[in-house]
Amino acid sequence: MIELRAQEFDPWRELRAFETAHPELHGKAGASAVFAGTMRDFNQSDDVAAMFLEHYPGMTEKHLSAIRDSAMRRWPLQAALVIHRIGEVRPGDTIVLVAAWSAHRAAAFDACRFIMEDLKSKAPFWKKERLRSGERWVDSNTPGFSN
Amino acid sequence: MIRVKFFASLREQFGAAELDLPTRPGMSVAEVWNAAAGQPLPDYVLMARNLEYVQSDSVVEDGDEIAFFPPVTGG
Repeated sequence: MIELRAQEFDPWRELRAFETAHPELHGKAGASAVFAGTMRDFNQSDDVAAMFLEHYPGMTEKHLSAIRDSAMRRWPLQAALVIHRIGEVRPGDTIVLVAAWSAHRAAAFDACRFIMEDLKSKAPFWKKERLRSGERWVDSNTPGFSN
Repeated sequence: MIRVKFFASLREQFGAAELDLPTRPGMSVAEVWNAAAGQPLPDYVLMARNLEYVQSDSVVEDGDEIAFFPPVTGG
């Protein structure tokens, strides 16, 4: 499932709801890998009060579905979930939730990472930060690998 | 005609989210940019044709939706 949300959401509640709605995972999914991205109140040493998340209606949904489908084909996953915020976002809000379920950890870990990195580098979203001094577009995402 | 869309900083730079342009046979996405923006296509700009990423030499067809946007910053 992929979904864009205009309202704040609790990622842990979403995971519980998803598993409840997919009883076929119960007793079968030995591994669940989850990434939750949360809005910070600072960036490049400036305080950030809020952010606007712009997207490309139509293309964003299509791209997220394609990433998810591609992960489902590449790894033996039992389920995969992507929820991403749009619109006005505040510090502490969850921006993105990615989760993957599989029998063993390798597929779940790798698929969750793959979906997240593809989303970060290709999914059409743009962040505009609101600072005390005005507004600015975030011009690039940080690298996804630490070494 | 084709529909041209700009997003994020490009939309603000051009002061328009979308506009319609007449097409020519064999017109490339880069030529669409030139016609819409009146300046050479910067290297950092990303392009989509009918909701899929394309390169600047991709040829457009009547009825297409062509979008230009800066590097993405979601997640």
